[in-house]
Amino acid sequence: MDCINAKFVSQKISKTRWRPVSSASLHQPDIFATGSWDNEDNKVSIWSIGEHGVSNMDDEFEGDPQLLCEYKHNGDVLDLQFLDQERIATASSTGAVTIFRHHQNSQTLSVAQLWDRAHHYPCDDAPCTGLVCNSPEIVTIGEDGRINLFRADHKGILRTIENADSSTIHAVTFLRTTEVLTVNSFGQLKLWDFRQQSNEPSQILSLTGNRVPLHCVDRHPNQQHIVATGGQDGMLCLWDVRQGTMPLSMMEAHSAEMWEVHFHPSNTDHLFTCSEDGSLLHWESSTSSSVPSFLQGGRNTSAMSRSTVAPGDGNQSLTSGWLSGDSSKGHLETTHMLPSQTLSVNSLDVLDQCLVCGTDGEAIYINRESSDEIESRDCGCTDQAGARRCEEEPGCTN
Amino acid sequence: MEEVDVEPTTTPIPGIDFTQKHLGFVWGPGDILVYETKYGATGAASVDQGCPFVHVVRKDEDIYSPILRKLFNESHHIFVGLQKIKEDVPSKNKKSQFVSISKNYRSVIRACMEELQQVAVSTRDATLATQYGNQVSILLAVELIWNLCEVLFIEAAPAGALQLHLLDWVRLHKADVDEKAREVLQSESPAEHPAYWDVAISYVLQGRTDEARQVLVKQASLQPAARLMFKLLDSLLMKMPVYNPGGNQTLTEFDVKWRHWREECDRCLQDNSFASNRHLEAICKILVGDEDTLLEYKELLGTWYHFLVTRLLYSHPTVKPTELHYYAQSSMDMFLETRSGPEPLDSILLAAFEFDIHQVIKDCSIALNNWWFVAHLTDLLDHCKLLQSHNLHFGSNLREFLLLEYGAGLFTHHSLWQLAVGYFDHCPEFGRVYLELQIERVPLDSERKALKVLRICEERQMAEQVRSICKIMAKRALRNDRLGSALSWSIRAKDAAFATLISERFLQDYCTPAPSYREFHKLYGDKRFVEAATLLLSLMTAKIAPQSFWMTLLTDALPLLEQKQVIFSADQTYELMHCLEELTAGKTIPNTDHPMQDEDVEVTKVELLRLALARNLAQAIVKEGTVDG
Repeated sequence: MDCINAKFVSQKISKTRWRPVSSASLHQPDIFATGSWDNEDNKVSIWSIGEHGVSNMDDEFEGDPQLLCEYKHNGDVLDLQFLDQERIATASSTGAVTIFRHHQNSQTLSVAQLWDRAHHYPCDDAPCTGLVCNSPEIVTIGEDGRINLFRADHKGILRTIENADSSTIHAVTFLRTTEVLTVNSFGQLKLWDFRQQSNEPSQILSLTGNRVPLHCVDRHPNQQHIVATGGQDGMLCLWDVRQGTMPLSMMEAHSAEMWEVHFHPSNTDHLFTCSEDGSLLHWESSTSSSVPSFLQGGRNTSAMSRSTVAPGDGNQSLTSGWLSGDSSKGHLETTHMLPSQTLSVNSLDVLDQCLVCGTDGEAIYINRESSDEIESRDCGCTDQAGARRCEEEPGCTN
Repeated sequence: MEEVDVEPTTTPIPGIDFTQKHLGFVWGPGDILVYETKYGATGAASVDQGCPFVHVVRKDEDIYSPILRKLFNESHHIFVGLQKIKEDVPSKNKKSQFVSISKNYRSVIRACMEELQQVAVSTRDATLATQYGNQVSILLAVELIWNLCEVLFIEAAPAGALQLHLLDWVRLHKADVDEKAREVLQSESPAEHPAYWDVAISYVLQGRTDEARQVLVKQASLQPAARLMFKLLDSLLMKMPVYNPGGNQTLTEFDVKWRHWREECDRCLQDNSFASNRHLEAICKILVGDEDTLLEYKELLGTWYHFLVTRLLYSHPTVKPTELHYYAQSSMDMFLETRSGPEPLDSILLAAFEFDIHQVIKDCSIALNNWWFVAHLTDLLDHCKLLQSHNLHFGSNLREFLLLEYGAGLFTHHSLWQLAVGYFDHCPEFGRVYLELQIERVPLDSERKALKVLRICEERQMAEQVRSICKIMAKRALRNDRLGSALSWSIRAKDAAFATLISERFLQDYCTPAPSYREFHKLYGDKRFVEAATLLLSLMTAKIAPQSFWMTLLTDALPLLEQKQVIFSADQTYELMHCLEELTAGKTIPNTDHPMQDEDVEVTKVELLRLALARNLAQAIVKEGTVDG
């Protein structure tokens, strides 16, 4: 039985991220960071759901997040990501990019690096809308249409692609170490290769005739050419960046903007989406019979064979349930993970058996699965290329 | 005009001496802006430099408390849930739903209160501690009133059950007994503890006979001589009848049983059974409802309403709701005789006991410094159909008036404005207007925020606000030379005129979405005519280029059509013709805005194009026929 634990935190939460768990430890994630937005004073905060917390109250419900430390953040936190165990990079609505250091001995936060006006207009601030870290590199995007490449230990900007987009870039993810993918308010996906000197994208994908803005993107953890995007209309799309310029499948997910989409990092048959419509969905694709139940909620489970709209290319080299254009084979189950709620779920993060999300209703929700519900770690990769990568993937049983 | 209910309080503003200078002010949605004028007390304008500040005076301070924000957020959720309760649910099920919603509201208040209590204790700042302490006592009062309203109005318990509910109410709000009891029972020798009898009697006063007996046993074992006396009291306490609303027993049967028990207690007093122990005798006097004895324990009772409930328990356990007000008034008079008079809380509770809901709401509105409580309570009572007949001299009705006031307060807050939307949504008469006026004041700091505000407007079909937000964002993007963003905002606004304007700027600037057009010219320059023709056509058919640009593209096609060899195939020519017809179809009525010369040029261009297209089509058909044949 899963339990959802809500905590009201008196600030609208724009981002929630688990601190990465070191591969050596078998521990479940127990520390997460949040960023706030639309408050007079915004903050970056570190929370603990483990014994780290200063649990001076013995009647405190176990697992209730305890605030470890917080630090004032100039502007809305528009994105936040752990660079490593100690450092957190944030994107601000002022256009600044900041690296915070979490000192675990003293439980304090400090600013380790600040790039003021990393994104800007000639005479105005331009919000930095997102960032992605691949330590030590950080790629940031903004309303100014720039793409910046930073190194955490380097004061200057390594590379800027000016006017990479004439519309707002909403999200970015790494495809490979030198290649990032951005999504914009024109509904396009653009691939950028930092090895090339040109300031043009190496590839553009988009839904034809449909300029619905895209707000989020996540790469499949094992299959680097598979990405999921979420749009303003709440539609979930899966793309194969190697083939075609059209999505492999489209699924109606939410009734308003999808703010984030995340594949489960180790159990890739599971995907999570959250939206302005106040819902958090857990998607489970079951192609193999022995799919371990993960984060299975008891609520409103609706089994549905989503008829997926696939383009004509029948060359399906993948058997992953996400991509099967044939609805008779692809069986998707969606579960609402939050009790009915009215205000936007802005962010979610999932790691191992733990999920955290934050809302405009000023609440953080934590969902922790009891450990016996996961039998094996399945990375979900079945094709040749995937299997090769699996060897490098610790913990994958394939 | 109605008289004022209470004299308004004076708020001194630091730095302004109103005896010297006149003040000016402006109303705002939640704040008042106050400034010093140059006019003095005599009315004459003074020459000296006035105070250069504008002061913001705020009525509702609570909205800025970080802990109370949790109350606002959590209760918003309950409120929205309550509005969704369907009309067609049978009224019996509805009542239990309303009671559980009422309990949810109260548990949120309690959670908030506990947190405030914790920070009040842990803070080192004395002023902050006092402030938190004040908030705790306000929340305590709020919860006390809410709970009583729940018992009397929502639960609307009948005689018998009513007494049990009131007892629960008093027990919940006089929980310090348990704390004291723990202290006594954990001490080395409980029976000799100075608070021992206070605890025993407090338990009796709350009708908690089992606990009272457990405490009394301690004393009994110390006094073997008085063993029989203790045993007698113990059996009286044990035998005290308690009404069970769910059981088989009727209220009359219970009443008979209770009267027998009371006679037995009375006999023990007549017999002087407890004469040798004043404590035991006092307990027995309480059991028969002796008012003088009860009043001797004023300190333990603490409040007149505790006195009322204890008095009812031992004198009128089957009290009817309609009789309550009589006992309440007399209990208050008896209890408060020495004091100056009732406090606001006393009057509110008394009004509740009199079932005067409107008085309760009115007094609460005056006494409390925020609208949260009255707005939510009134809404709940309105759902219970308890407020139908009351109309205000202004606005729509009491419920809506209070919700709008509360919502408007939220809207002035930097972050809580989103919550207000949910309240305005459920104000049928003026909610929409409030939302329309307020939503335009939300500052749009980032596109993310603009998208959220826009979503609120779109979901409610607020076309004008949608247009205005998109226009603001599009203009801002245009100012910063972000043509793509500007275009997507104007598309979202369905603002065709503006979108066209931006598209044209795009093409003028030869910006990113027009590389294909640049490519066309490159291909044409390289004399790769067939490729150029295909690209040109696709710019129109795939709707890559805006229609306003089609005439330029078609004109660009002219030299290709005039080439010696046939470049556009028959099918492509048909498509070009189709594009031309589509373009000219809407322009049959001469546009009076344009000078006639322009019109003539256009007409000539179209004629030329038609001619060239027809000629090309003929050639293409011949050519294609020849090849195939």
